[in-house]
Amino acid sequence: MTAVSRLAWWALSLGVFVAVWWLAALYYGDPKLLPTPPLVLDALIASAKAGALFSNLAVTLARVAASFLLAMIIGSALGIFLGMSPTADRLISPWIVLFLNLPALVIIMLCYVWFGLVESAAVAAVAINKIPNVAVTLREGAAALSRDLAEMARIYGFSRWKTLRHVILPQLAPYFAAAARSGLALVWKIVLVVELLGRPNGVGFELQTAFQLWDVATILAYALAFGLIVQAIELGLIQPWERAANRWRR
Amino acid sequence: MTAVRIDIAEKVFPAVAGGPARGLYHDFRLEVADKSFVALLGPSGLGKTTLLNIVAGVDRDFKGRVTFESKAAPRIGYAFQSPRLLPWRTVLQNVTLPLEPGSASAERAKAVLAEMGLADAHDVYPERLSLGMQRRVALARAFALQPDLLLMDEPFVSLDEQTADRLRDLLANLVQRHPATILFVTHDSREAVRLADRVVVLGGPPVRIEHDVRIELSPEARRNAGEVERVRGSLTSAGPALAVARA
Repeated sequence: MTAVSRLAWWALSLGVFVAVWWLAALYYGDPKLLPTPPLVLDALIASAKAGALFSNLAVTLARVAASFLLAMIIGSALGIFLGMSPTADRLISPWIVLFLNLPALVIIMLCYVWFGLVESAAVAAVAINKIPNVAVTLREGAAALSRDLAEMARIYGFSRWKTLRHVILPQLAPYFAAAARSGLALVWKIVLVVELLGRPNGVGFELQTAFQLWDVATILAYALAFGLIVQAIELGLIQPWERAANRWRR
Repeated sequence: MTAVRIDIAEKVFPAVAGGPARGLYHDFRLEVADKSFVALLGPSGLGKTTLLNIVAGVDRDFKGRVTFESKAAPRIGYAFQSPRLLPWRTVLQNVTLPLEPGSASAERAKAVLAEMGLADAHDVYPERLSLGMQRRVALARAFALQPDLLLMDEPFVSLDEQTADRLRDLLANLVQRHPATILFVTHDSREAVRLADRVVVLGGPPVRIEHDVRIELSPEARRNAGEVERVRGSLTSAGPALAVARA
């Protein structure tokens, strides 16, 4: 598919979504509880003019980026280690199951209680929520690494770096992509909860204020703004990278 | 100088899925002279690939030792039974990756690929090639290294006879120009006689040397099916010690 037709399909899909929303809002008839798209756009423009929109988005994005990177790095290292060492896997995988099923809210509360209502506690809480997912995904990838190719690399005298770059990482690429995609969605949802519970700024904090005023238009405006940003990351970053990493497939 | 001395006191194939452990090698000795082309001939499943893996150093789970009579560690090229190419790297990258970085290596890789008839496939990813072409890329990778020791594990199996024959000619040609010590595993005695200057017939298990035959055929005679057939007969009737087949 060309870039133009990909964008066209993407626009068509979202266009249908907006149309359904608009019709539903008109049919429901109470703009305070379910505002139409133009009303949400007005709220968006109003908070953009006040400056609150961009500063809150920037703060939240920075937290998403920090905790996402932290979770990907630690989770990948842990997952690859577990995939390569069956003993370590037997020892640690019950912990992973435990943390996978620990409610996000509990981790957030404990982080705030133990480390205080500070930025690092917020970022750590989000990362801890995400690390087990990344580890489980990458563990599958590391366990499926080809022994044939590892032997080939050894016999042909590949250095560690060469083996990592040309033999191991390409095999893990689909697992990184899967972890990154589901990770981004999960991380940004949890970041909002973290902000709502213990941060004085960010989208989550702003949504709390709007919630107290039953200001649905502002809630939807922030959701819309962030949704667009995540779509842009998906279209502009993850998908092109995935295509580049997969161009060798038949 | 790369002579190889293989001395395996004990190699046991571990029990898999409830099956019993199998003793593959017991007091097995084989000496391979420098720059000789030795074919290891025997039925499949005997443990010939295991022997190559032991020589290559990737199978260390055995009692015994493999010594190389050479100054430095020998450069090893290995043509596996399946091509074992990196599917996410192009044909040219697959051939150049084991080489020292530099333009001289790239030129050599291109030259070997051209000899293999793959000059216009440099930028193709391996999975888009036929199996025969993938095998040629794998051979090019082994040759471009200019190895001291070349291990080949039935490299022409499951190819059509015409392609296999062309590749055999190519191999004989390359070996003439870049002599190396070669261990060539096959179950095809015609192929063994045609290429090797020594055929070691293996039986077992545990693996033992049944016949050890020197093949002294001229390059022309090796292309003659009748000659090959005649020498092939001597492989089974030869005495257990050292028989010499002359032409």
